[in-house]
Amino acid sequence: MSMPYYVAPEQAMKDRADFARKGIARGRGLVALRHSGGVVIVAENASQSLRKVSEIYDRIAFAGVGKYNEFDQLRVAGIRQAELTGYQYSRDDVDARTLANDYAQLLGNSFTHGMKPMEVEILVAEVGLSGAGDDQIFHIMYDGTVVDHDDACALGGDADAVTARLAEGFAEGLDLAGAVALGASALGGERTLSAAELEVATLERGEDRRCFRRLASDEVSNLLGA
Amino acid sequence: MALPVFESGDDPGTDFARLLSRTGVAQPSAVGLRPEDIPHATTCVALRFDGGVVMGGDRRATSGHLISHRSMEKVVQADSHSGVAIAGAAGPAVEMIKLFQVQLEYYEKVQGTALSLEGKANQLSSLVRSNLPGAMQGMGVVPIFAGYDQRRETGRLWDYDLLGGRYEERDHVATGSGSLHAGTVMKMGFRTRLDRDAAVALICRSLWEAAEADSATGGPDMVRGIFPIVAVIDGEGWNRVTDSELETVFNGIVASARESSS
Repeated sequence: MSMPYYVAPEQAMKDRADFARKGIARGRGLVALRHSGGVVIVAENASQSLRKVSEIYDRIAFAGVGKYNEFDQLRVAGIRQAELTGYQYSRDDVDARTLANDYAQLLGNSFTHGMKPMEVEILVAEVGLSGAGDDQIFHIMYDGTVVDHDDACALGGDADAVTARLAEGFAEGLDLAGAVALGASALGGERTLSAAELEVATLERGEDRRCFRRLASDEVSNLLGA
Repeated sequence: MALPVFESGDDPGTDFARLLSRTGVAQPSAVGLRPEDIPHATTCVALRFDGGVVMGGDRRATSGHLISHRSMEKVVQADSHSGVAIAGAAGPAVEMIKLFQVQLEYYEKVQGTALSLEGKANQLSSLVRSNLPGAMQGMGVVPIFAGYDQRRETGRLWDYDLLGGRYEERDHVATGSGSLHAGTVMKMGFRTRLDRDAAVALICRSLWEAAEADSATGGPDMVRGIFPIVAVIDGEGWNRVTDSELETVFNGIVASARESSS
C-alpha cells in the first residue's frame, strides 16, 4: 500500500500562500483612501468594461485584485448577501464589517480546504452616515486575514511600495482631486498613469441613498489636471 | 449567515425572486382571507406629456366600507427613471413594490448595466403573475408602470391585468376603483404635447373627480395637509411634485368647483 507523502503543515500553508501571492502580484493594483467628501477607490485598469471596482449596496463599495473570475464571483455573492439582508430586515442593517467578515470566512475556508486558494485580495469600503469617523476600509487577503485601515490602503502587486507612497502623501482633509492624484501617483510610482489607465469610483457622503458613483474618464482627467 | 455562493450550473443569476426562494426566504402569499378583511388601495393614474410622464395616486386605503389609511403612498419610485403605482390589496401590493425595487437595483449591480424600460415593465408582469393565487381570492394587485425611456428619449406607460398581462398605452392610463372617472377626465382633457404643468393639473383634476364619485378614493385632505402623490418623470429622472405646488393646483380646482355650483 502506498503512503501519501508527508508534508508539514507549515510547508503546505507556505506553498499555498506563495501560489496565491504569485497570482495576485501578476495583476495591477488599486488603492482606497479617505477624502473630505467620502472614500475614493483608484484602480489601475486599462479595460473599460471589466471592472475592478463596483457597488455593493447603498453605502458600500467593493474592489478586487487578482483573478478576475474569482473576485467577480465574490462581488456577486456580496451583492446577494447585502440585498438579502436589506430585504429581510432593513437597509440600515447592512454594514461593511459583517460583509468583510463573511468574505474572510469564505476566503479562509478556500485557503485551508479548497483545491487551490483563491488568487484574490479584496477591499470593502463603507462611507459613514455622520462623518469621516464612521468611514470604514477593510482589506481582506487571500487567506482570510482582515485588516481595517483608517485612512488609506493598497492592494495587489507591489503593495508595500504603493502603501509607503500613499502614507507619505496622505493628509487629513484631502479633496477629491487631491485624493485621485495621490492614488494615481502612488500606483504609478515612476510611471505617470493617464485617466484612460485608471478606474475611479467614489462613495460620496450626502443626501442620496446610493452613495456609489463611478467617475467617467474625462472627469478623471480633469481631476488629474487640476 | 454564510455568503450565498452557488455552483455555476445552479446559479440564480440576476433574478432576485429566484435568489429568495433558493435561500429559503419565504415569499408573500395571501391565503384564507376575505377581501374586506384587508386594506385595499384605490385610484392611480398616469399620463404622457411632452417631456416624459406624470403619475399620480390618491392616499386612501379602505377595508370594506372603512377607511384604514389616510396617507398611504401608492405611487413610488422604482428606480432613477421609473415609477410604479398600485391599486388592489395593499399588503401584497406594497410587498410587490418592495421586491420590484430590489429586483431592479439588484439586476443593475450584478449585471453592471440597468434593464431597459421595457425589461422593467416585463419584470413587473412576472411579479403580478406570481400573485395569481392571491388574485383568485380577491387579493389582486393591478399596477401601473411608467418611466422615461432613455434610449428612445420619451415617456412610456404600461398597465396590467390581474394575470400579469401587460399593455403599453399611448397617452394615459388609470387603475383602481376610481379609474372609470379618472380615466374619463384624462380622456377629455388630454392633448398631444401637453406641457409639464398642464399634465400635473390634468392628473390632479382626474384624481379630484374620482374622489368626488368613488367612496374608496380620497380627495386632497386640506385639514391634515395630505395631498395625493404626484410625480413627474422626465430626462432628469423621478421628481415628486411638492405639496405646496399641489395645494395651489387643488385650490384652483376647488375655486372653479365653487364657481360652477354657485
